[in-house]
Amino acid sequence: MKMSPAIPQPVERENYLNKEYGVWSWLLTTDHKRIALLYLVSITFFFFIGGFFALLIRLELLTPAGDLVQADTYNKLFTMHGMIMVFFFLIPSIPAVLGNFLVPLMVGAKDLAFPRINLLSWYLYIIGGALMLHCVLTGGVDTGWTFYAPFSTSFTNTKIVEAGIAIFIAGFSSILTGLNFVVTIHRMRAPGMTWSRLPLFIWAHYATSIIQLLGTPVIAVTIVLVAAERALHLGIFDPKLGGDPLLFQHLFWFYSHPAVYIMILPAMGVITEIIACFARKRIFGYSFVAFSSIAIAVFGFLVWAHHMFVAGISVYSALVFSFLSYAVALPSAVKVFNWTATLYKGSIHYDAPMLYAFGFLGLFTMGGLTGLFLAALGIDVHVTDTYFVVAHFHYIMVGGAVMGYLGGMHFWWPKISGRLYPEGWARLAALIVFIGFNLTFFPQFVLGYMGMPRRYYDYSHMPEFQVLNVLSTAGSTVLGIGYLLPMVYFLWSMRYGKPASDNPWNAAGLEWKTTSPPPTFNFDEEPVVTWEAYNYDELDAPHPQEVPVAR
Amino acid sequence: MPDSTLVGLHHEEEHHPELLHHFATAEQQRDAASLGMWVFLGTEVMFFGGLFCAYLVYRHWYFPDFAAASKSIDATMGATNTAVLICSSLTVVLALWAAQTARRTLLIGSLILTMLLGVTFLGIKGKEYKDKFEEHHVPGASFSFSGVPVPGHPGQYANPRHAQIFFTLYFVMTGLHALHMIIGLGIFSWLLTMAWKGRFTPEYHTPIEIGGLYWHFVDIIWIYLFPLLYLIDRHP
Repeated sequence: MKMSPAIPQPVERENYLNKEYGVWSWLLTTDHKRIALLYLVSITFFFFIGGFFALLIRLELLTPAGDLVQADTYNKLFTMHGMIMVFFFLIPSIPAVLGNFLVPLMVGAKDLAFPRINLLSWYLYIIGGALMLHCVLTGGVDTGWTFYAPFSTSFTNTKIVEAGIAIFIAGFSSILTGLNFVVTIHRMRAPGMTWSRLPLFIWAHYATSIIQLLGTPVIAVTIVLVAAERALHLGIFDPKLGGDPLLFQHLFWFYSHPAVYIMILPAMGVITEIIACFARKRIFGYSFVAFSSIAIAVFGFLVWAHHMFVAGISVYSALVFSFLSYAVALPSAVKVFNWTATLYKGSIHYDAPMLYAFGFLGLFTMGGLTGLFLAALGIDVHVTDTYFVVAHFHYIMVGGAVMGYLGGMHFWWPKISGRLYPEGWARLAALIVFIGFNLTFFPQFVLGYMGMPRRYYDYSHMPEFQVLNVLSTAGSTVLGIGYLLPMVYFLWSMRYGKPASDNPWNAAGLEWKTTSPPPTFNFDEEPVVTWEAYNYDELDAPHPQEVPVAR
Repeated sequence: MPDSTLVGLHHEEEHHPELLHHFATAEQQRDAASLGMWVFLGTEVMFFGGLFCAYLVYRHWYFPDFAAASKSIDATMGATNTAVLICSSLTVVLALWAAQTARRTLLIGSLILTMLLGVTFLGIKGKEYKDKFEEHHVPGASFSFSGVPVPGHPGQYANPRHAQIFFTLYFVMTGLHALHMIIGLGIFSWLLTMAWKGRFTPEYHTPIEIGGLYWHFVDIIWIYLFPLLYLIDRHP
């Protein structure tokens, strides 16, 4: 037996973590907080698998010749990297972990509206994930994560149908999460929690849920058609048999473009909470930030064909989609300006979550502005299928969404685990992630603009690209270390971290008014809300000794 | 159940046996369940929406072939099935009314009738599928649709390849619809068990309400499928 833990433990009060022990108390739980932790473990697992593929890709590109892997393996590497990262990490990341944990707490409910459906959604995710792993281990897919027809339906010999079923099932897990959030936000708010008092994290998740609910079914049915065409050699998308490959692209991007907003909107919600807390100010322009989330969800559904400018759609529809793609930049810019205005004359604290928030601001702005390059028809034709596009969407999906996810994990870790993480290490990790990210992806903007195509395993006919590729590969290693660090010290803090107080950041929001970690039904007494959101003018800044810093 | 009849009505409101722990009131629970079903039906609209979109594109491209293929399906059976489903919608509403007014026999009878109508629909659909199979109209290796005239255009024959796209959409759309019917039958057999045990009261009948919503939705999908698939360019 272990004799003495590092810190003497006071008698812990009952909370969701220590109420019951044992495998079944976790696998059959309907507590949204435990399901959030189940998701946390599962998506972390898939994140490291997807990351492993990414490192192999970068390693191959270290030299111009195709020496580490051959073309077929390389195609599978980037395909499996994309599929796992998009469908099994990014889409569930913030909603299924932080959203699951925080939505009921923030609206003052005992649980999500449908706790059993919430558990079902995790099981669907696991079934889909297991199928995906089986698919990876028995040969994988080589079409790219977009599985464009007719290559996917008539030519490739890899496991399209199995990967399709895996994504189909994971899609329903995402739909059920969205359904639970919408109903919870509408029907489970505590007395006094009006729509205009909701944290903006909730608004962001509401907008995300709308996309999950209306977009995901479309890709589900598209996958059904791809599987049918492939299994029975029909001609739904194969032009040789009378089908229309453009129809596939329309249906695919109708979901997969809004899917980007499934990744970035929740991150925006996280960043809003963090910036208000660490600038100690009410958020600037609450209703503008709230409705810009809804506007992004709505506009996001109207821009999909900007992925198809070179695919042969009519010039006139391309013009309209180009214009609409510019339009979606407006609500995004509204958010960035409001965050900046919140920082203005704020009393800013540079704790780890805030460092991630600053990282997000810069990287998301870069990603968003280069998105405007791609929305412009002329430039898009020039850089289509180059590393410019790769760099752009990684700035949004990794620089934006993953920074938001990590920032949120740090911000709410004291609430989730009841322990403080080591602040010094956390600041170091945030710095490493920021540097590693830029070192990895900034050279790719340059590479792409110079004309290096994406998805090439061998660039020996253009060896002048090697320097930038070496920089990018070096950056990916730094980034990998930056991602490993938080996992290590979070695990460490669960045992050795200082116990957290109920509200270590002195943050506004209902989730900080219950204990850390919260009891199973979240609040000992039903909360009644009588204050406005982000009332930081009424809250003191956290006292230095209470700040979760292990100095 | 004898206990609940002894307790006062007010007391039953607060501690209704069906009230789940995380809801404050029975009304909140019913509202949440009902909104949940409506939202789910929204996703279902998008699920079928992708197929309707594909249907529109190909019907526009290959109209004569679609008309010829559509003519080969038995519209009488389709019309009968439409009538069957409309009747089943009526019995669902009757079941809900019976639950609201505590008419147990009518409730159980309506639920059974609904399920019988559902099974009838699937039986007729199965017969149609069998006919299509025998005529080699099922897409795939044994598909054949040669020498079929385009209605209204003498001397013009349908392109089998394009007709196959029609049949693909026909089987996927009606197949998904039939799958929803089967799930509906599963839901209704559960409702029947609950009704048999006397779990539904005028105060608590949410499952019938939301099960009914689902059933009506599946009926409405068919109301759209029938003319789109069976009645393309049909003239007497």
